[in-house]
Amino acid sequence: MSANDNFYKVKHLYNRAGFGISYNDLHKLSRKNLNKVVDGLFKEPKQNDEITLIDSVASKQQLLMQAGLYAKKDLTDEEKKQRQEIVSMQNEKSRDLNIAWVEKMINTEHPLLEKMTLFWHGHFACRSNNPMFAQQLNNIQRNNALGSFKTLLVEVSKSPAMLQYLNNQQNRKGKPNENFARELMELFTLGRGNYSEQDIKESARSFTGWMYDKDGSFIFRPNLHDAGTKTFFGKTGNFDGENIIDIILDKPETAEFISRKVYKFFVNDNPNETHIKELANHFFNSKYNIAELMKKMFTSDWFYSPENIGSKIKSPAEFLVGLSREFYVTYNKPQVLIQLQSSLGQYLFNPPNVAGWPGGQSWIDSSSLMLRMRIPSLVLNDGEIDFSGKADPEDEAVIAQSRIATVNANTKIKPKSYVDAKADWPKFLSTLPKGIKPVELAEFLLQPKLNEKIKGMIGDNKGLKSTSVELTSMPEYQLC
Amino acid sequence: MDRRSFLRNTGFVAAGSLFVPAFMKPLEAMALDELSLYKNLVVVQLSGGNDGLNTVVPYGNDIYYQKRKGIAIKPEQIIKLNDMQGLNPNMAALQEIHDQGWMTVINDVGYPNPDRSHFRSMDIWQTGSESNQFLSTGWIGRYLDSNCQTCKYPYTAIEVDDSLSLAMKGQTKKGIALKDPAALYRNTNDPFFKAMLQNDKEHLDEDNLGYLYKTMIETSSSANYIQNTSKVYQNKAVYPQSGFANQLKTVSKFISSGLKTRVYYVSLSGFDTHVNQIQQQGNLLKQYSEGMAAFLKDLKTNNKLEDTLVVTFSEFGRRVEQNASNGTDHGTANNMFIFGGRLKKQGIFNAAPNLGDLDTGDLKYQLDFRQVYGTILDKWLDVNNADILNKKFNTLDFI
Repeated sequence: MSANDNFYKVKHLYNRAGFGISYNDLHKLSRKNLNKVVDGLFKEPKQNDEITLIDSVASKQQLLMQAGLYAKKDLTDEEKKQRQEIVSMQNEKSRDLNIAWVEKMINTEHPLLEKMTLFWHGHFACRSNNPMFAQQLNNIQRNNALGSFKTLLVEVSKSPAMLQYLNNQQNRKGKPNENFARELMELFTLGRGNYSEQDIKESARSFTGWMYDKDGSFIFRPNLHDAGTKTFFGKTGNFDGENIIDIILDKPETAEFISRKVYKFFVNDNPNETHIKELANHFFNSKYNIAELMKKMFTSDWFYSPENIGSKIKSPAEFLVGLSREFYVTYNKPQVLIQLQSSLGQYLFNPPNVAGWPGGQSWIDSSSLMLRMRIPSLVLNDGEIDFSGKADPEDEAVIAQSRIATVNANTKIKPKSYVDAKADWPKFLSTLPKGIKPVELAEFLLQPKLNEKIKGMIGDNKGLKSTSVELTSMPEYQLC
Repeated sequence: MDRRSFLRNTGFVAAGSLFVPAFMKPLEAMALDELSLYKNLVVVQLSGGNDGLNTVVPYGNDIYYQKRKGIAIKPEQIIKLNDMQGLNPNMAALQEIHDQGWMTVINDVGYPNPDRSHFRSMDIWQTGSESNQFLSTGWIGRYLDSNCQTCKYPYTAIEVDDSLSLAMKGQTKKGIALKDPAALYRNTNDPFFKAMLQNDKEHLDEDNLGYLYKTMIETSSSANYIQNTSKVYQNKAVYPQSGFANQLKTVSKFISSGLKTRVYYVSLSGFDTHVNQIQQQGNLLKQYSEGMAAFLKDLKTNNKLEDTLVVTFSEFGRRVEQNASNGTDHGTANNMFIFGGRLKKQGIFNAAPNLGDLDTGDLKYQLDFRQVYGTILDKWLDVNNADILNKKFNTLDFI
């Protein structure tokens, strides 16, 4: 295999398994054996890699206080104020958590781990207005991102964020709530058509009593658990939640469902059933070892075939993180990252519903594409923001109480605003080889094969900085 | 340096003519009268869950006054529509509209197993799904996908906003979002943008790159068409000063200039009134009503009211009983407003909500919101509603 051939393969690998790669790293890795490069992606962090922004002790105290305030019927003005303060503090912390994760993705030395966390974030899609719960779930998804799918599934199922989001807190003996059981099978494991309504009913009974307590830890409440016998996929027994998960994992359909989703996320929007079958068998035989599944995919020849290179539309997170990583961008007002995510249609920690973001071509409409093509000049070149985006529906209460809404809703006449970010151009330029030509820069920054038009557009050398801004503003840059 | 231009500091010069691929008919070349009898639909979204009971007040029902001691509106303040219901006093501007016969109120619209999350319920209303079903296309988007005679073009559905709502996204076709036609025109006529599209014959595949180029070409064509068609029209009507009225003014400009668009989408936000509702909701209803009244009268002056149907919804109503903070919490069924010059049934369409028969404190719905959509699809947009809503819904007699 020639070094040049490897150059494009490693670049593709890092675009899909991570968020891109710097030129000098790419140059270094291209000389290595591809299997070694793949192995390198799986190197585990030396120390705990969790997000620890939200302090759990303080949050638990707040949670208790909040529960107390909600239980009370008549609140004094002082207490009402307290309650409001807690809510607005939580909103602020939720935004901080979002930014902390985006910055982690931008700066991480373990890109596959974060990419995989992003995958599970969309797979186990969940919203929580409690930032501690949200952080906890995010850490579960990271800690198990490349580990055992079973452990991941069990831990997610026991997380307060998911218990709350899918109403398992209300799932009690004699009064089952089927929401969690249904989504567990429809969206998290088997997929539609692989279970019956009866299976949902019986498994919902098995998950009764799975709850979280008032300081936000998982607790099994035997007195609320339906201990009767259940019949699930033809098996009869006194099943609890973990038994149900085991039975679901015994079915190869689960391995296939996850493999298809992984394939569509990492390889191609259009599933190739032969390749998916290969992955699913391997995943099932490895007892749901996620790292095994991913290695199999990244070392398959078809992963590097032309139709799989430069053919996927970047998600907004991939686009923003990739751009920021490539040019070592620091955001002086990191809140702008939230505005950009929400305008582009992927506000992390706020998926549209439990099915997650649909992805693919649904990311793109005329306004989101125009915005994507403008963002490089906003971020790298200090352009003016001329869009305001929509409010998140969950922020409506805040809008309702803000003066702006009362006086003049929807009039968003604002002073001129800028992204206020700084690209580290000297650092970026220092990673490039001396005397690199515009066309070579294009071959590095863009994933699709270059055509004559692009070569013509960048032909007259305007300097690497301007050429970089041009290239990243092109539709081709939307692909990875 | 112009910080609003595409790339700020590039040396791009304006490109020559655009290459329009064969699979797209040049919109600019379309005969203007190819489509006659243009009927417009304007969808108005009130975000946050508007309290319908303080909007169309059931003043004839004692239960309303018992459950809402702190926020009930006194009978003498109400603009009475019949001996049971009347409008919030902040909606005085709509009295004339009502008296002209341009307004219908549909009570108690909802869906089975209602969801109280803003996000989820808004999703359900925008996609027209069941409450346990997750669709990634909107009901207007699927109308665009249906490829009917009148929904072929990307500007068939315009949202007057910076970003496109799920309601407007179909599988293969999507509406276009724009707040200001001139700004979009400026962007798509930027030298860099034009250069990207110039002589581009390589990107006509059905793959993702082809899709991006197709979107750019459609955006550019639409921006030119919208700007060139609407710029000649001078709007003389006076609108109140509000963001919402501005959106409607833009819609009126588009309709009155003869744009071949069928669906417009606008929204007004801030209705999640958990605390001190009276003033906040009052201000919003005032903006809504004054903007709407100006819009409808403007359309009337331009002889477009007969061709226009306006429908207003919110993702849910609020609980019947107020909360301890003189506000209301998330509820279920809600009323919808329909406006237009050709309404079959004017005023109050159906019975007022039954406050004596609640489902754990919430209104029971009388009509499924998809019956309202179905009626509009069948009778106004001339498509079979089962093709769009995945099953057939009985239509109603308001149009």
